[in-house]
Amino acid sequence: MDKFTTLTGVAAPMPLINVDTDMIIPKQFLKTIKRSGLGKNLFDEMRFDDDGAEIPDFVLNKPQYRSAEILVAGDNFGCGSSREHAPWAIKDFGIRCVIAPSFADIFFNNCFKNGILPIALPQETVDILMKDAEKGSNARMTIDLEAQTITTSEGEAITFEVDPFKKHCLLEGLDDIGLTMEKSTNIDSFESSAAQSRPWV
Amino acid sequence: MSPKTLYDKIWDAHVAHEADDGTCLLYIDRHLVHEVTSPQAFEGLRMAGRSVRAPDKTIAVPDHNVPTTAGREDPANMTGDSAIQVAALDKNARDFGIHYYPVTDVRQGIVHIVGPEQGWTLPGMTVVCGDSHTATHGAFGSLAHGIGTSEVEHVLATQTLIQKKSKNMKVEITGTLRPGVTAKDITLSVIGKTGTAGGTGYVIEYCGEAIRDLSMEGRMTVCNMAIEGGARAGLIAPDEKTYEYCKGRPHAPKGAQWEAAMDWWKTLYSDDDAHWDMVVMIKGEDIAPVVTWGTSPEDVLPITANVPAPEDFSGGKADAAKRSLDYMGLAPGTPLEDVAIDTVFIGSCTNGRIEDLRAAAEILRGKKIKDGMRAMVVPGSGLVRAQAEEEGLADIFRDAGFEWRLAGCSMCLAMNPDQLEPGERCAATSNRNFEGRQGRGGRTHLMSPAMAAAAAVTGRLTDVRELM
Ligand code: SF4
Repeated sequence: MDKFTTLTGVAAPMPLINVDTDMIIPKQFLKTIKRSGLGKNLFDEMRFDDDGAEIPDFVLNKPQYRSAEILVAGDNFGCGSSREHAPWAIKDFGIRCVIAPSFADIFFNNCFKNGILPIALPQETVDILMKDAEKGSNARMTIDLEAQTITTSEGEAITFEVDPFKKHCLLEGLDDIGLTMEKSTNIDSFESSAAQSRPWV
Repeated sequence: MSPKTLYDKIWDAHVAHEADDGTCLLYIDRHLVHEVTSPQAFEGLRMAGRSVRAPDKTIAVPDHNVPTTAGREDPANMTGDSAIQVAALDKNARDFGIHYYPVTDVRQGIVHIVGPEQGWTLPGMTVVCGDSHTATHGAFGSLAHGIGTSEVEHVLATQTLIQKKSKNMKVEITGTLRPGVTAKDITLSVIGKTGTAGGTGYVIEYCGEAIRDLSMEGRMTVCNMAIEGGARAGLIAPDEKTYEYCKGRPHAPKGAQWEAAMDWWKTLYSDDDAHWDMVVMIKGEDIAPVVTWGTSPEDVLPITANVPAPEDFSGGKADAAKRSLDYMGLAPGTPLEDVAIDTVFIGSCTNGRIEDLRAAAEILRGKKIKDGMRAMVVPGSGLVRAQAEEEGLADIFRDAGFEWRLAGCSMCLAMNPDQLEPGERCAATSNRNFEGRQGRGGRTHLMSPAMAAAAAVTGRLTDVRELM
C-alpha cells in the first residue's frame, strides 16, 4: 500500500451532504476486474453529460480544481454500497485525502486500506476548510499525518483525530494481511477451541 | 458477570486476538462472495501466492450482473464485461475450492437470500460479504456486515477481520402493526426517524413485540436496511421462529450437533440490564404504509402525505431536498398519491422472498396492471421462484401483466440489462433510491411489495389499504 505522510495540494470544495458511492462511481464502472483506471469515471454522472461532454459547473471540471488532491465535503460522505471502487476511483483521480463532518462506516475503512486519509471534523471546522477550498488553486492546504494537523492556505493549523493503528499503517504503508498473518498462531488456537465449543460451524 | 447485549455476546465469542488499543481480529464463520466485489481480492491472493484459509466456510454465487431472462447461462447473452466478471467468479471458485452456486443451479440467487435458504447463516455466527446488505443475515441473531474488497481479500487469506467494537443501539418497535403495514414500512420508518447517518458507529438490535411478531422473511427485510440507517449491522435475537426456519436446511446442524447448537443459541439475547449507548422507540401502531419521495432512504413519508418543500428542512438538508426534488421531478405540495409511475420492480434482497411475493400476489389476484405499465417480478433465488410457481403466484403475476423473471439483483442496481430510462419513475421494493441507482436519470420510490403491487394496478403511488 502507498504510504501517506504529508500532502500539500489543492482542495476541491463539494458542499453536498450524503454523497453516496453510486455518485462517486456509478455501477456501470464496477464491471472491471482491476483496481486501476477508475479515476476517469470518478463522479461520472455529475461530471459528464449524456454525450460524455464535461459539465463545466462541476467542481472537478473547473480549471482550478482539475488536479485537486484533497476533497472537502458534507456530512455522511461515502454512504451506500460497500464498493471499494469508490476509494479506488478517488485515488486513481489523484485525491489522497477527504475531509467531511462524518463518513459512512465501510467507506471510511476502505479509504485506509487504499492509502487515502479520511478526516472527520466538526461541521464548523469543515466550514472553515470549505471556505478555504473555495479560494481556488492558489489556496493549497497541507496535511501532516504524523502531527495530525491540517494547515489552511492562511496558515491556520487545525488538528484532527485518527485511530493510532490506522495512522501507523498509513504512515508505514503496511499491508493488513501481512500484519494479520503474523498472528496466525492466535487464529489457529481460536479455530481449534471453536471446533470444540461450536463444532457445527 | 456484567450484563451483555446480544452484540456483546457474539462479539466476545469471536475475538481471536485483541491488541492493547482494542483493535481485534474477529473470526469469521461465514464468508459470502459475489462476482462484483471479489475479482480484485482473488487477484490479490494470487499475486501474493496465498490460498483461501477456510474454503469450507466460503460460499460464492453470481447475482449482481447476471441477466434475469431466459438463456442467461450462455455468456453470449451477457454484456462482455458482465460475462468476464461471472467467468472470473467461476474460475476463482474452482481454483480455490470454495462452495459455489452457478447460474445453472436452481439454488442460485441473491447472495443474501441464498445464505439463509441453504442454512449457511445460523444464529450467533459472524457473517461477512463484500456487499453492504449483508446486514440481512442479522435477522438470525448473527453478526453480519458488509466489507470492502481489501477486507474480502483479508478474510479469504486469514478468515478474520480487523475490527474495533461498535456501540450498542436498541431499536424497539412496540405493540402491533396496523393492517397494510409491513416489515418494509418498519425499516423505512426507522430510517426516516434516525436519518441515514443516525446509526453510524452502532450495531442495532431490533426488538419489541412488533419485531417478534414478524416472520423470518420480515425480520430479514428489517435488518437488510440497517445499513441505510448507517449502522454497521442490525440484529434480532433468535427465537422459536428462527430455529424453526433453520431446522433441516442443507447446511444446518443435525442430530446431537443441532441440540448442542440450540443450547448455545438459547443464550443469545440481550441481558435485561445491558447497557445501550442509544435507544430509539417507535410504537407499531404509529407506523403507516410509507414511500420515499427523494433520493435518500431517509426521505420517507406516509403515503397519505404530500411532497415536502425544501423550506421544510434546515441546514444542508434543505439544499439536498431541493436537489432531490429536481431530480425526482416532484413539485412541493403534490399529494404523494397523485404521483404517476411508469414501472414496478418487485424483488431484491430486501423484498425478494416468498412472503414478499405472496403479499404482492394477494393484491394482484384477479387484477391487471395499468395499461402501458412495465412491471417485473424478480424472485430472490431459484428456489423462491420454484416455490412461487408451485403456489400459483407466478400465474397471478403473469395474468396481471407482470414479467416473471429468473433470480438475481436485476433492477435493484441495474448492473444487468434491467434499467430505467432517464426520467422513468419506478415503484421499487429494493433498498436504495439514490440518483441513477436503477439507471441513469431513473426515479425510484421505495416501498413494500404490497404497495408496489397496488401502484402497478393504479399506475400511481397508492395507499395499499384502498385495495385491501
Ligand atoms: S439485491 Fe440489490 S441491494 Fe441486494 S445484494 Fe443485490 S444489488 Fe445489492
